[in-house]
Amino acid sequence: MRYLVPLAVFVLLVALLAVGLTLNPREVPSPLIDRPAPAFNLPQLHKPDLAFSTKDMQGQVWLLNVWASWCAACRDEHPLLVELAKQRTVPVIGLNYKDQPDAGKAWLKQFGDPYVLSVADAAGRVGIDYGVYGVPETFVIDRQGVIRYKQIGPVTVRSLDEKILPLVRTLQKQ
Amino acid sequence: MIPEIGQFSLILALTLAFALGTLPLIGAARGVPEWMALARPAAQGQFVFVAIAFGCLAWSFASSDFSVLNVASNSNSSLPLPYRIAATWGSHEGSMLLWVLMLAAWTVAVSVFSRGLPDEMVARVLGVMGLISTGFLLFMLLTSNPFERLLPPAPDGRDLNPLLQDPGMVIHPPMLYMGYVGFSVAFSFAIAALLGGKLDATWARWSRPWTTLAWCFLTCGIALGSWWAYYELGWGGWWFWDPVENASFMPWLLGTALIHSLAVTEKRGAFRSWTVLLAILAFSMSLLGTFLVRSGVLTSVHAFATDPKRGIFILGFLALVIGGSLALFAWRAPRVGLGGAFEVVSRESFLLANNVLLVVAAGAVLLGTLYPLVLDALNLGKISVGPPYFEAVFVPLMALAVFLMGIGPLARWKEASLPELAVRLRWALAVSVVTALIVPAVTGKWSPLVSFGLLLAFWVAATAVLNLRARIGGGGTLITRLRAQPRSYYGMVVAHCGVAVFITGVTLVKGYEVERDLRMAPGDTATVSGYVFRFDGTREVMGPNYRAAQGTVKVSREGGGEVTTLHPEKRVYLVQQNAMTEAAITSSPLRDLYVSLGEPVDGGAWSVRIYYKPFIVWIWGGCAIMALGGLLALSDRRYRGARRREPVPQAAAATRQAAA
Repeated sequence: MRYLVPLAVFVLLVALLAVGLTLNPREVPSPLIDRPAPAFNLPQLHKPDLAFSTKDMQGQVWLLNVWASWCAACRDEHPLLVELAKQRTVPVIGLNYKDQPDAGKAWLKQFGDPYVLSVADAAGRVGIDYGVYGVPETFVIDRQGVIRYKQIGPVTVRSLDEKILPLVRTLQKQ
Repeated sequence: MIPEIGQFSLILALTLAFALGTLPLIGAARGVPEWMALARPAAQGQFVFVAIAFGCLAWSFASSDFSVLNVASNSNSSLPLPYRIAATWGSHEGSMLLWVLMLAAWTVAVSVFSRGLPDEMVARVLGVMGLISTGFLLFMLLTSNPFERLLPPAPDGRDLNPLLQDPGMVIHPPMLYMGYVGFSVAFSFAIAALLGGKLDATWARWSRPWTTLAWCFLTCGIALGSWWAYYELGWGGWWFWDPVENASFMPWLLGTALIHSLAVTEKRGAFRSWTVLLAILAFSMSLLGTFLVRSGVLTSVHAFATDPKRGIFILGFLALVIGGSLALFAWRAPRVGLGGAFEVVSRESFLLANNVLLVVAAGAVLLGTLYPLVLDALNLGKISVGPPYFEAVFVPLMALAVFLMGIGPLARWKEASLPELAVRLRWALAVSVVTALIVPAVTGKWSPLVSFGLLLAFWVAATAVLNLRARIGGGGTLITRLRAQPRSYYGMVVAHCGVAVFITGVTLVKGYEVERDLRMAPGDTATVSGYVFRFDGTREVMGPNYRAAQGTVKVSREGGGEVTTLHPEKRVYLVQQNAMTEAAITSSPLRDLYVSLGEPVDGGAWSVRIYYKPFIVWIWGGCAIMALGGLLALSDRRYRGARRREPVPQAAAATRQAAA
């Protein structure tokens, strides 16, 4: 009987790993989900004398995309955002995080600008409020200004089709 | 064309592996000599084709063939040639191919160095290895083909991860994999013995050299990885309890237990079913490690691109191989019998206790590695388990094991007497306690942990000396008596001394290291542990595929006297635009001085990190000495002799008669 113990332990381990496979280790829940999006008021990247505030988006469903010219993974998701912008389903605001304004603008010129507008968070203060710990990150914010979803890491075709866009559509109907 | 040849070779290798994994096993079960005889040629053919495939991939990398997806994603035309070749195993697909190549190499080695073994045993061992190889070749061909084409070809590649562009990374994976995969030999011997129903001292004797060799490779591989992390990651740490480090460490712990347990089985016939279980578990941990790294179940710095299909395949394979062998174990092991009896106080008991401690330690590491996953699977939230857990659990277990390690070799087989042991050991204990108390007080500030660590190190060294003295007592000159001891004995002593060196290194680094984070403008000086560091600013330098700010730091002793000039760099690799910290280190046996550049601050000033690391090279030196001990044991006469003698028993008998 005791010779069966190793096998029994192993069966449990396999079951655990099988469950583990269906989970995503990178999906760390954000304490911000279902909380009001932290308000901010920042200069726009292209028109530094104009400010943008979260209040400007009140009443709309929108995405906040955290990006930077120094971020390699942003380059991966960028074509998807450009494509999304062409469809005009949902406005995307860019948060240019800890970046040089000139480098940021040059980067958008080179790869295309999918954002309604970008704001410059050179010091990274807003990033702290939003709990950003890796760039890129994308937040879905509803009409009442509540964060409903947070994508950590680059947006992919799958996350866009399965999570973000369906969520945006339901939120827009509310 | 070359990649297609590679792909075709892989397919041929798969068919040969499948033939190897079926016919000889069936032949051994039914007693068909012709089928059993297929094992050796099939094993050798498999190796040839896997080697061709590997050569084709290496060629594609060396010649920068960017029509191969793998090359385009992991190499670049400006990458220097040695790194282009090393990039062959820098990706997920390539590292799997390296895995299979190593497995094929071990299989061939068994097929060549098994002349003295019965045909049935050879057929079973090679057959089991063929089955493992079949699984991995299928995995590659179905989910991770290294030869996939990219049409139209990329104009240039996306470059190798800059972290891997380093000499240490060129040899670390092959060493590590040689160790990982090497345990497949001990595993196959165990399965073959279970299948044949004969678990005896000869089985243990055959398994031993293979296990020791694999263990040596694994020891070196882990040490190299740790050394690489130390100088390349720029944090000055040498072990992070990262899931992937743990994945290589668990097989090492179990392999260490297996080596000792095999010794008991060979010499005393005891622990048979335990030894078989360890052989299965050591390789299972290698497979589990592969699963953890390749499936993306855990996040880790080492994780390559993750793909659920791959995870499911490896998990299924894992369940089949490990589950199958554990079921076989449950079915066959009860009939094995217990072997020689022994008293509570005996060398067997000490070895068993150490074995249990090593297995428990491996279990604790496994638990810590999987715990975040368990919580996640049970929906209890996400956490990560850090070094505090591992240190809290691991250190006491190992301290106990190290203490027993000093006693074990001195105890007699079968029955030892505790009072006698105590008498023999009291001097060793007294010497270690006194030195452990005095040394830290003399050299620096005294702390209980440093003293305790040194106590363990001195204890191991003192008992080794005691043991050697006892062994060479008796008649004859010192030289002849030293000569009379077998190499395997010296191997044991050397490996144990390696542990003492390792513990000394760990203890002193932990106890006395100094870390300073400074803002330094050109001309600024900082004094750390009696050394003066003068920062002379940075200048731009161009590497083959990177741009770097290279700092100049002059190091001198506090009372004057130049030590050296260090050049830490902050590199930006041009293709991936990754910033890399290249630390500058000056090593000596007694201390390392380590300087790395942080970020530029303003006006030519930089944030600079300076470390003083006493005795840190002893950590890797200790590992090297352990591996050396293993090699020494391998060179023992009986392994060389056994191979030559056994095939020709009559001739040997004839010589003996002639001599008489």
